[in-house]
Amino acid sequence: MHELGVVFHIADSVVKVAEENQARKVHAVTLEIGEVSTVIPDYLIDVWNWNCKRVPLLEGCELIVEQIHAVTHCDGCGRDYDTVPQGKICPHCGSDKTWLLTGNEVNIKEITIE
Amino acid sequence: MGNYRIIEVKQSIFEDNNQDADRLRQQMKESKTFLINLMSSPGSGKTTTLTKLIAALKDDLRIGIMEADIDSDVDADTISRTGVKVIQLHTGGMCHLDADMTRQGVKQLEADNLDLVILENVGNLVCPAEFDTGAAMNMMILSVPEGHDKPLKYPLVFQVCDAMIINKIDVLPYFDFDMEKVREFARRRNPNLQIFPISAKTGEGVDALAAYLKDRITQWKK
Repeated sequence: MHELGVVFHIADSVVKVAEENQARKVHAVTLEIGEVSTVIPDYLIDVWNWNCKRVPLLEGCELIVEQIHAVTHCDGCGRDYDTVPQGKICPHCGSDKTWLLTGNEVNIKEITIE
Repeated sequence: MGNYRIIEVKQSIFEDNNQDADRLRQQMKESKTFLINLMSSPGSGKTTTLTKLIAALKDDLRIGIMEADIDSDVDADTISRTGVKVIQLHTGGMCHLDADMTRQGVKQLEADNLDLVILENVGNLVCPAEFDTGAAMNMMILSVPEGHDKPLKYPLVFQVCDAMIINKIDVLPYFDFDMEKVREFARRRNPNLQIFPISAKTGEGVDALAAYLKDRITQWKK
């Protein structure tokens, strides 16, 4: 249950920022999640809602997920391509000397507090 | 209605853990305790490999083992029979250990007085690879029955490891496991990966692995 650990990390970070800003309550948290980050938004939201019941500052807090498109760069031909349908092998030149430009992120973008 | 404010956070959730892991690494460097994070699938022979490694190393090094599992203490029980210090960590449903949980284990083990601590991470090739535990070295076990294609399927764990043990080579004749292919696939992900074919059951290859670890620890302590 990968999402459980991720939710604990997010909740800890959010509570820290909220307390630094003297928040009474956190109403929403916006995340940026990469397409190939291995975090599944639906599961994450389920676990998030469960965890919010345990943390007074986060009670009823909404989790908003913005997806980041996965793009891979090929060192073989210098071009970029969409990661999801292709994977590690470049569709332009067949090289495997490729690396992920974007798509692996799990970022807390912003929080709405009161 | 309350006064709503939006606070920009812009923080990677792995960032906190990475910083925490760096602090733990520094702390262990000061106490001269070498921490290895050992990762693999369930059933790859982690515990058997550890018992053989302990036998090969325990005359030279003071060793401690941290067993991480979702539940039970069967592995800790097996390891405790080798005579080294062992503790069991329960992750309570989580599929990996993070730096904070590792720190708690290190404390409980009183690792300051040890030369080598091996963390047996939760059996899983995916999640443990994503969380830095604060270890000085990452090591993994791939066993022959799992197949030589695993570096293609779970690339991250092969990328983050310094060394890979290929266990159960005694059963190679019964499986379509291609030793050359696994080396090629793994090195494609990580050109610096050190590879040690062993059989924890027969003991074949364990000496070479033990010598490598001793050398790493000596270098690191300098």
